[in-house]
Amino acid sequence: MKTSKKKFGIVIFPGSNCDHDCFHAVESVMGQQTVPLWHKDSDLQGADCIILPGGFSYGDYLRTGAIARFSPIMKSVEKFAKAGGPVIGICNGFQILLEAGLLPGAMLRNTCLQFRCQYVNIRVENTDTPFTNCCQPGQVLRIPIAHGEGNYFVEESQYQKINRANQVIFRYCDEFGIPTPESNPNGSLGNIAGISNKAGNVVGLMPHPERASETILSSADGKIIFESIVSYLTK
Amino acid sequence: MEEIKITPQLVKEHGLTEEEYQRILKFLGREPSYTELGLFSVMWSEHCSYKSSRVHLKNLPIRGKRVVQGPGENAGVIDIGDNYAIAFKIESHNHPSQVEPYQGAATGVGGIIRDVFTMGARPIASLNSLRFGDLETDLTKQLLGGIVSGIAGYGNCMGIPTVGGEVCFDPSYAGNCLVNAMCVGLVKSDSIVKAIAKGEGNPIIYVGSTTGRDGIHGASLLASAEFTEESKDKRPNVQVGDPFLEKLLLEACLELIEKDLIVGMQDMGAAGLISSSSEMATRGKSGIRMNLDKVPRREPGMIPYEIMLSESQERMLVCGKKGKEEDIKKIFEKWDLKAEVIGEVTNTGRLEILDQGKIVADVPVHALTEEAPVYNRPYSEPKYIAKISENKLKVTEPKSYNKALLNVLNSPNIGSKKWVYRQYDHQVRTNSTILPEKGDAAVLRIKENGKYIALTTDGNGRYCYLNPRQGAKLAVAEAARNLACVGADALAITNCLNFGNPEKPEIMWQFKEAIEGMSDACKHFDTPVTGGNVSFYNETNGKAIFPTPVIGMLGHSDPKDFKNSDVPFCTEGFKDEGDIIILLGETKEDMGGSEYLYVHKKDWKAAPPSLDLDKELNLHNLLRESIRKGLLKSAHDCSDGGLAVALAESCLTGNQGADIQLPANKLSLAVHLFSETQSRAVVTVKYDEVEALGALAKKHNTPCTVLGKVQSHDLSISLKERGTAGRQGNVISLTLEDMQKAFNTAINL
Repeated sequence: MKTSKKKFGIVIFPGSNCDHDCFHAVESVMGQQTVPLWHKDSDLQGADCIILPGGFSYGDYLRTGAIARFSPIMKSVEKFAKAGGPVIGICNGFQILLEAGLLPGAMLRNTCLQFRCQYVNIRVENTDTPFTNCCQPGQVLRIPIAHGEGNYFVEESQYQKINRANQVIFRYCDEFGIPTPESNPNGSLGNIAGISNKAGNVVGLMPHPERASETILSSADGKIIFESIVSYLTK
Repeated sequence: MEEIKITPQLVKEHGLTEEEYQRILKFLGREPSYTELGLFSVMWSEHCSYKSSRVHLKNLPIRGKRVVQGPGENAGVIDIGDNYAIAFKIESHNHPSQVEPYQGAATGVGGIIRDVFTMGARPIASLNSLRFGDLETDLTKQLLGGIVSGIAGYGNCMGIPTVGGEVCFDPSYAGNCLVNAMCVGLVKSDSIVKAIAKGEGNPIIYVGSTTGRDGIHGASLLASAEFTEESKDKRPNVQVGDPFLEKLLLEACLELIEKDLIVGMQDMGAAGLISSSSEMATRGKSGIRMNLDKVPRREPGMIPYEIMLSESQERMLVCGKKGKEEDIKKIFEKWDLKAEVIGEVTNTGRLEILDQGKIVADVPVHALTEEAPVYNRPYSEPKYIAKISENKLKVTEPKSYNKALLNVLNSPNIGSKKWVYRQYDHQVRTNSTILPEKGDAAVLRIKENGKYIALTTDGNGRYCYLNPRQGAKLAVAEAARNLACVGADALAITNCLNFGNPEKPEIMWQFKEAIEGMSDACKHFDTPVTGGNVSFYNETNGKAIFPTPVIGMLGHSDPKDFKNSDVPFCTEGFKDEGDIIILLGETKEDMGGSEYLYVHKKDWKAAPPSLDLDKELNLHNLLRESIRKGLLKSAHDCSDGGLAVALAESCLTGNQGADIQLPANKLSLAVHLFSETQSRAVVTVKYDEVEALGALAKKHNTPCTVLGKVQSHDLSISLKERGTAGRQGNVISLTLEDMQKAFNTAINL
């Protein structure tokens, strides 16, 4: 059976700057279709999956993601998510999903109080999501981060809840897959690098899979996340 | 408001000499108004007019078959084939950064980014070159911290990767740090935009941020004067950056160009509205009439003088096509930005400025720009130069070579810059194929045409202090060598010339000498100068910095020239155990200005390394050919810190050790290990390709010496036989952990 191309809607907020990288990863690397979604619009143009890319939406002058969530497009994204459509927020996109209440918790500044751009290892904690279904349980992915506010935080009771519900999708770990304090680049609670909503169709993560989807870029480990989405949509 | 009276005191406060004032009177045929005095003051400042440097700069080579745009525009442009070109430029923001580190550095980055997208290019990479005083001092720590976070804050938000650069420390920069920022952009060759205003009646449009009182006289009083105790009071002359607004401006301007709605465009950087308008009119041989009532402002009560001289950031001046005003406004509305028609192009050759219905300035455009004073300032060799050329250094042997190597690795000039570059987003745009400290130059793929570009910034203040002509040559040679080590062809340079007060003959001599040395080297490597920036008056309380010309070099690789076209570049780290380590080039006694002597607080003030340009170019050709033929598994420039440092760095980057057997020669052991002889590289090949490399080396007339092989974990250096060094056997034995500890803690605030 011939599978048709899947359509990825990539939202562009003022200040998004990883939008081009997502277009490239989805179109040139994955061979799928993309459509730019302008923040002032509300039509998702029939996208099968929504990507909120990284960047500094509205300069992140107030709080990361705090203003972007009020964009007209976000109302449609919320509707899409509530109906079970897959939504992935990367870096600033993750921060926007938190501010929009589509994911639980909040972001604090990195404990080092500096921006960090470096490769990290993350362990896949849950392979039963649209974004990780091609991964092996416990698989370690080498993917870069680039952020100043990636220190994920939730209250203790909420943390227990998301743990129990398998909502922690990625944790920072060492090269052997152990989540050590040294492998945590920003001080996030429980070494959390990415989480999902209860239903599992909305995921946010701080590392940038689109920056590690080709061997020429030092790692192609991130490609598996896009492959998982395509595989989920093709089912 | 009452017009302010022009007095000799006021003229002086504007940094204008009596002669210059007379020249203004001649051009105007009358006394200038206060506003006009301000216009001349900034346009004739050293920073804007290049009045002391012009006569020397014209000696630099500027032509080449790939040069699309040489000096004179906002950025140089070099053809890279397939209807694509690279726009690039470097610029200083030294004084603002010393006064206000975060904003000074941030706006330096913002300014150079605007220079690049003004040309219609999308910025794809940033680099920088930073120099500070002794890292042990609190002031340096504060400056380094503020400047690095300023660069990061601006560049990261813009989504432009900061892919490379250099950070150096020497007490000569203690009171006057250097912040040189470079930006590189990609443009379609047929859509390059010029900073030009022409076509009578075409609208002059102001776009971007509002105009405030910040940065007035930044170019004249801050950038074009020496530093004194009072200089910290110049903080209000420093601008404040808004990278988010600039990101919107970038996207809007690129959309504007794509839709073909404009004639020309220039950013309002140094000297703001006056420099952009007068320079655009000069290039178009036209005039401009502007109505200041239309200029969007951020505070009330601003007088014409302030509006014209404001250096508020994130603003552009556009010469639109008549009738396209509404289309232009619509694009800016989309990005929530202001666009106001503030004037029009005329054929009068004059700059006419109106405020509340009154003419407040009416000046011939060329008087502000082309007719600015040009000085052939007197120069004379400083006294210290003679002493240096006579000085014969006595290099003593260290008690422990292990300790000596660790000391050099732990020097912040040599050690890892990870503390710095991990704060920069160096991967956004997914083109960074050689990451920081993995190779001798940054290498970016160009997705649009499948080619690769290589970038580096290099300078060496110590060498230039010892011999400015030689030092400048060495800076160009090192940049070209760095590109050769990644396998790229060197195409062109942009330069940032940081010097002291040009009114002092000794400084002018350093400048003149450096330009001549740079010119020789650029001609030899066929790397024309496409533009750059001169920064004079880098002095504090009468003491000048080391003369520091910084070279930003652009290189190019076409994958089809590489045997392995999937990996069209080479990195510096040792790869596999058993690979053979080879030194290309020859080690001589070149200890003047060396890091070894500097770190150990010995006398280093003797002649800097010698340089034979022919030999240097032979090495580059050898490196390129052997990399492209797939022979080299690693290549690393061997210069700063010497052979021992080059070996240690390749070990550290590759997470491997090395077993080295040094051949006997006439050099003492310390010299053999730490001499900074140029035209050398440390490379590795697979064990069965030593002969193939030897044959190529012979072809390129370059000495080729087997030093040893890659092993796991330890760097061990032994003397093969008893030479004049008088010893034999193991002299250095260090584990990777030993070296990592020294290398990685060199900069750690």
